[in-house]
Amino acid sequence: MDYFKLDIDQLHQALVNGELTAADLTAQTLEGIRAIDPQIDAFLTLNPNAQAQAKAVDAAGVDRAKPLAGIPVAIKDNIVTKDLTTTAASKMLENFVPIYDATVVEKLAQAGAINVGKVNMDEFAMGSSTENSAFKVTKNAWDHTRVPGGSSGGSAAAVATGQVLVALGTDTGGSIRQPAAFNGIVGFKPTYGRVSRWGLIAFGSSLDAIGTLSRSVKDSAYVMNVIAGHDEKDATTADTPVPDFTAKIGQSLQGMKIALPKEYLGDGVDPQVADQIKAAAEQFKALGATVATVSLPHTKYAVPAYYIIASSEASSNLQRFDGIRYGFRAKDVKNLSDVYVRSRSEGFGPEVKRRIMLGTFSLSAGFYDAYFKKAAQVRTLITDDFNQIFADYDLIMGPTTPTVAFKIGEKVTDPLTMYMNDILTIPVNLAGLPAASIPAGFVDGMPVGLQLIGKHFDEATIYQAADAFEAQNDYLDQIPGGAH
Amino acid sequence: MISKESVAHVAELARLSFSEAELQQYTAQMDDILNMFEQLEAVDTTNVAPTTQSIHLQNVMRADEAVNETKTEDLFKNVPTYKGTLIQVPAIIDKEED
Repeated sequence: MDYFKLDIDQLHQALVNGELTAADLTAQTLEGIRAIDPQIDAFLTLNPNAQAQAKAVDAAGVDRAKPLAGIPVAIKDNIVTKDLTTTAASKMLENFVPIYDATVVEKLAQAGAINVGKVNMDEFAMGSSTENSAFKVTKNAWDHTRVPGGSSGGSAAAVATGQVLVALGTDTGGSIRQPAAFNGIVGFKPTYGRVSRWGLIAFGSSLDAIGTLSRSVKDSAYVMNVIAGHDEKDATTADTPVPDFTAKIGQSLQGMKIALPKEYLGDGVDPQVADQIKAAAEQFKALGATVATVSLPHTKYAVPAYYIIASSEASSNLQRFDGIRYGFRAKDVKNLSDVYVRSRSEGFGPEVKRRIMLGTFSLSAGFYDAYFKKAAQVRTLITDDFNQIFADYDLIMGPTTPTVAFKIGEKVTDPLTMYMNDILTIPVNLAGLPAASIPAGFVDGMPVGLQLIGKHFDEATIYQAADAFEAQNDYLDQIPGGAH
Repeated sequence: MISKESVAHVAELARLSFSEAELQQYTAQMDDILNMFEQLEAVDTTNVAPTTQSIHLQNVMRADEAVNETKTEDLFKNVPTYKGTLIQVPAIIDKEED
């Protein structure tokens, strides 16, 4: 199956017309994974029931109204799947077999999508390179000596190497958009509360969002149409109507107002990356939009605010891993305290422990006001900056990352440098906004991501602008390795 | 400058243990990161309310109905060691003291 030449519309048509069966499509997809993935290391577990699921879709008949029926998808391994090992790429959950499906997994199954397997990530989604996986190092699709980004690095690499058309990822501080940018594909993080987090292994509960990684913009919208919506099992989902996210695709950008914050092209952003974004701004103008330079003055405080808040929430969420009810339990422990301390110390990797330590410190007596509370106040100021811009503009644009993908091993020993790399994606999570990263060219042969940020619950406008930009360019025709 | 003793105290709160070498490394790294956190001191947050939830949902209510979707035997599938419907853990109290 050549996923470099196909999209969901074409596959759906072939399935509806009977030119292709879901069982064949799944079989060819699994064959592709077995051929390609040994060089990429994106998958952790293949779903042994994928073929049976596909046959069930064939037996029921591919419904014209269900564009995902029979379409294979990969799922990030921090989203629980009933009876299919879910590890969050941690030794802590190496043998964990969930007894229920996440809401998004259930919704995909109802839509007829085929879960072909679980993909690699940074342990508990903490990291920007997928090097923090307890199991394997995933490679960048364009250069196997470089990182795929993270934490949804497996999702991004699986899509960018043509193993699947779409994958689910999660984004707490950029974990969908940054790997999408590094691999030259589309990453979409919806508004906080748009998609249920029921069954997502929690990292930073006020920041986490489930979204998509795909080759094309419209394919992302099809998946978002299925997974979005209020869920009684997640009280933080919004009871807001879900529009058809494809509805504005194809509409003119005439009169659209786009803001370009000067801080997003400032210090630390590779000038060559900045040039691609300026060129993208010219393209939006040619499409009828206006682009104006604005300021988001608190941007530089986003990294400290985020790492305090996310680590605090993580330290709280990860208390549940105590070696008692599920997960890793250390051997030869003498007493109950030993079970907790040794199971956690042996079960968590170094970055997860670092975040737990930072969070525990920020919440501890005597430091709470200066760290956690201060960060939560700065979060308000960062959100106010966005609100002021969105009073006058429809979208904000900028680079997704300051540089293209870095080398494997280059930053993993220096956590501070790794954290600073997230400066352009983090503000969006603090404010709970929707945002996409779409391909916008190359620097030294590596892909550059263009970030588009929208108003709360206005994902449709991002899809409209992203699709128009995609249609102006031929990035979908550019293939890693040029092998096709 | 955070001390090694403070880091050891935080580790105790977090139920983590570190070797001497790890403790030194975590102290150095946490010191760098906490310095970065301290940039926030430059921001005037007088009278600024903290944000802990970005889409401002409040008091989400639902009917208080008992549901029992999960079978007990399923819940035990991931328990490391158990007897019947009880989770086994190492002794908390020395048997002599019973």
